[in-house]
Amino acid sequence: MMNPEALQYSKSHEWVKFEEDGTASIGLTDYAQNALGDLVFVNLPEIGDAVEAGEAFGDVESVKAVSDVFSPVSGIVDEINEELLDAPETMNSEPYEAWLIRVKEITEKEELMDAKAYEAFCESQEE
Amino acid sequence: MGSYLPNAEQDMREMLKETGHDSFDQLFGQIPQEVRLKELHLPEGLSEMEALAKMEDLAAKNRTFRQILRGAGAYDHYIPAIVGSVTGREEFVTAYTPYQAEISQGILQSIFEYQTMICELTGMDGANASVYDGATAAAEAAAMCRERKRQTVLVSAAANPQVIQVIRTYCFGSGAEVVLVPEKDGVTDAAALEDALDGESACFYVQQPNYYGNFEDADRLGEITHQAGAKYIMGCNPVALAIMKTPGECGADIAVGEGQPLGLPLSFGGPYLGFMAAASKMVRKLPGRIVGETTDRDGKRAFVLTLQAREQHIRREKASSNICSNEALCALAAGVYLSAMGREGLQQAANLCLSKAHYLQKALEEAGLSLKYDRPFFHEFVTVSDVPTAQILKALEEAGILGGLPLNEHEILWCATEKNTKAGMDQAAAVVKEVCKA
Amino acid sequence: MKLIFERGKEGQRCSILPPCDVPEVTLKELGIPERKEKLHLPHVSENELSRHYTELGKQVHGVNHGFYPLGSCTMKYNPKVNEKAAALPGFTGVHPLQPEHTVQGCLEVLQQTEKLLCEITGMDAVTFQPAAGAHGEFTGLLLIKAWHASRGDRKRTKIIVPDSAHGTNPASAAMAGFEVVSIPSGPDGCVDLEALRQAAGDDTAGLMLTNPNTVGLFDRNILEITSIIHEAGGLAYYDGANLNAVMGIVRPGDMGFDVVHVNLHKTFSTPHGGGGPGSGPVGCKAFLADFLPGKQVRCSRGDGEKAGTEEAGTEGTRTEGAMLHFEAPSRSVGSVRSFYGNFLVVVRALTYILMLGREGIPAAARGAVLNANYMMEKLKDLYPVAYDQTCMHEFVLSLEGLKKETGVTAMDVAKALLDYGIHPPTMYFPLIVHEALMIEPTETESRETLDTVIGVFREIRETAKTDPQKLHDAPHTTYIRRPDEVQAARKPVLRYEFVEKEETV
Repeated sequence: MMNPEALQYSKSHEWVKFEEDGTASIGLTDYAQNALGDLVFVNLPEIGDAVEAGEAFGDVESVKAVSDVFSPVSGIVDEINEELLDAPETMNSEPYEAWLIRVKEITEKEELMDAKAYEAFCESQEE
Repeated sequence: MGSYLPNAEQDMREMLKETGHDSFDQLFGQIPQEVRLKELHLPEGLSEMEALAKMEDLAAKNRTFRQILRGAGAYDHYIPAIVGSVTGREEFVTAYTPYQAEISQGILQSIFEYQTMICELTGMDGANASVYDGATAAAEAAAMCRERKRQTVLVSAAANPQVIQVIRTYCFGSGAEVVLVPEKDGVTDAAALEDALDGESACFYVQQPNYYGNFEDADRLGEITHQAGAKYIMGCNPVALAIMKTPGECGADIAVGEGQPLGLPLSFGGPYLGFMAAASKMVRKLPGRIVGETTDRDGKRAFVLTLQAREQHIRREKASSNICSNEALCALAAGVYLSAMGREGLQQAANLCLSKAHYLQKALEEAGLSLKYDRPFFHEFVTVSDVPTAQILKALEEAGILGGLPLNEHEILWCATEKNTKAGMDQAAAVVKEVCKA
Repeated sequence: MKLIFERGKEGQRCSILPPCDVPEVTLKELGIPERKEKLHLPHVSENELSRHYTELGKQVHGVNHGFYPLGSCTMKYNPKVNEKAAALPGFTGVHPLQPEHTVQGCLEVLQQTEKLLCEITGMDAVTFQPAAGAHGEFTGLLLIKAWHASRGDRKRTKIIVPDSAHGTNPASAAMAGFEVVSIPSGPDGCVDLEALRQAAGDDTAGLMLTNPNTVGLFDRNILEITSIIHEAGGLAYYDGANLNAVMGIVRPGDMGFDVVHVNLHKTFSTPHGGGGPGSGPVGCKAFLADFLPGKQVRCSRGDGEKAGTEEAGTEGTRTEGAMLHFEAPSRSVGSVRSFYGNFLVVVRALTYILMLGREGIPAAARGAVLNANYMMEKLKDLYPVAYDQTCMHEFVLSLEGLKKETGVTAMDVAKALLDYGIHPPTMYFPLIVHEALMIEPTETESRETLDTVIGVFREIRETAKTDPQKLHDAPHTTYIRRPDEVQAARKPVLRYEFVEKEETV
């Protein structure tokens, strides 16, 4: 799957989409979902919670593993994708549609990569 | 000496050699000499015959009573013969946790059936495969409710004191504060609950029927708890659940209880069975093992341990509970018990408990012990008298009857179940009457 | 297989209880709300019920069916005499709140077993309240917490746990309110002393350790490890999961541990019951005994208190006419369970220890270690051992190479074993070994059984080369084949839904 050009990417394999209204959506990349395997559940924060760049804000579960999901930005959780609770498989099938949270009042962000740099980064991870 | 080692001396020597060692001392070479034990001070081993005789001697030093009028957390119910026949089967006894689903369908299915029965009894949406006992079930339930901003655990003072103590001990570990909501006239003081609840309250635990046998106004307590945004936990007697309004119907978030009345002998306190069930929103927070239905490669119905990512072997320090071994064989016993009893049988047991306890109460009243709380009760109740409890209980004991539990010098907590006959209770009342008259 | 709810029909039942012989009372007349929701329970005859469980029993693999080398679970044979002792009416019929003078036999069971376990572990006191190993860990950590608190030392908030530890260790530490510091294992799978020294400090409450560890090796630096912790002001906790390898040979108390739990359902032969009941008694050194939960058995006349020169567990530890009674430790952490724990499990363990005795206890450990080394020796040419040296009671194979070479995984091999009537080893644990299979044969398996199983492992290795697909498709002969765990977790179905349920709603 191609990594969309419009998105930015973190080293911990999250994608970020900065919206025009100043918020950011965060999801898991195709590389991440592939490595994690079939996802069965996601634990999300509550609306109004503060998230910190580089800190875990939730986790995703596969049958035999659990992995933290890190926020590439600091801010306040504005929205969570409750649809994922009933259909976690969309994180596998459509990783770039399946956003986990939207963050507002962003104060800080990690150093992020564009699609091309991220692809190179993933390749280097394979070795 | 007794031994279960199958290999003969000669075989062991050869095996040792094949592993490249001359002696056992060398085989254990990793263990530094300075820490090794010089001499083990244990008695000499015994043959099976001798060991069993010793255990029989110990068992004979206990006194068992044909007539038991004591409950307080452990109840003397009739256990259908089929229960022991099933739970004594070697395949169920000697298997481990059903991690390998392909060769564990029997255990997995029996747990799925047990979970279903617990859901039916409690009126909840999902149950786990069991925890250690009713008290740890209550403590685990309280832990399920804690959130960042809500850390205080409220507990009814009318709950079983042992349950309260276990909740306190678990909270000593986690650092949560425990607030006891006082009782008034033998039930939880609803006004005090209202006062005690605040924005930091995680949950409120009530026992139904409570420690004194009295029925709580579970609906009202639930409403008050929910109004404050806290979770509502009900600890229930599983036999009473056959006839009384269920936790589900009372709006409880979590239902727990001691499963011992469901086919487990008294056994000096264990093994028992903690059951836990939750409303759908909280099912994923349940601790321990949970069995789910799925299909196999060929599309056949199959059962597996599921939602495992909650558990300690995957989530490690982030797991909400550390539980691993549970009480599977006791859960199996409960499943067989409930199947043998069926709806009518369990309701019959519940109604017998209710009727006999009321008969006993009246008989004791006539004998001179007055009822402490003028309230509806299930199969336990408290009496008061001027005659010291020790005198009453000693006289009963001499007559071969285990009387109620002394709460203090003048109060006794009594219990009757379907096992207590009219004749037996009449006899007990007669003994009490003699003591009170004197 | 039909579910019990799909058998029989409304109206079928067993005859269990007699009619009421006293005036009937109903909830309604008491003014207590009744349940409105219909209660669905099975409706079957006793014959139908009996057949149901017989059929379920056919789909279970117990120790009685065959080899069960589940690493770290010690699936040894469960002697039948234990069951007979635990079924004695003098034990099963006793109410836990009976007067003490009527339960002297039960108290003696607890007292004797305490003394025997103290001798085996090198501890001074034992509580039987914990109902399982993890429960014991939690209890032991509470002792550690209470001890530091009693000294006003409140900065000790961390528990050190090696990365090879069982998941229960960090989970128990978290439940007891501690922060977990995970330290890496050295290249030999043992504690990295340098990492331990760096982690230990004045915020260290304690260390949790399994020895032999989870890769089946005895950590020879054990005295240094426990002294590093003690010097830092912390306490050392021994996870007794692997005690079977060393009982009667070396004692946790002599290794420098302060608190220990033992698993009666592993080391002391009590059955696992499909996942429980277990029993996880906790032993501690004298300075922690006042913090123990629940109640301790004491002798009313002081003369029975100490075994003195007498052997633990022999008669004479209590004098004629002396009474045993319960006493709550003075600074107890409270209670971790109701009553006195899984008492009947303790009865079984006592029977076992009495039978094995002084010679049998270390002999069992020797047998366990010998069997493990024998199997390892005969497999290691085909299945590389993660740590190639003499092991204790278990060893870990890494199938990483096999996977690279043939695509066959540890899971495939495990599933293939099912077709031979062998329970697979523990898979994918410890986490520090890739494609791990952890094998613990236990001492109760004969050489012939081991040879047969070794043959099977070798055959599977051959099949991995010639017909890997067969292994990917395994098992072939079981009642079900590789259930869909993803579906089970994504759309959980955790109970049977009764059809007429919807009608009543």
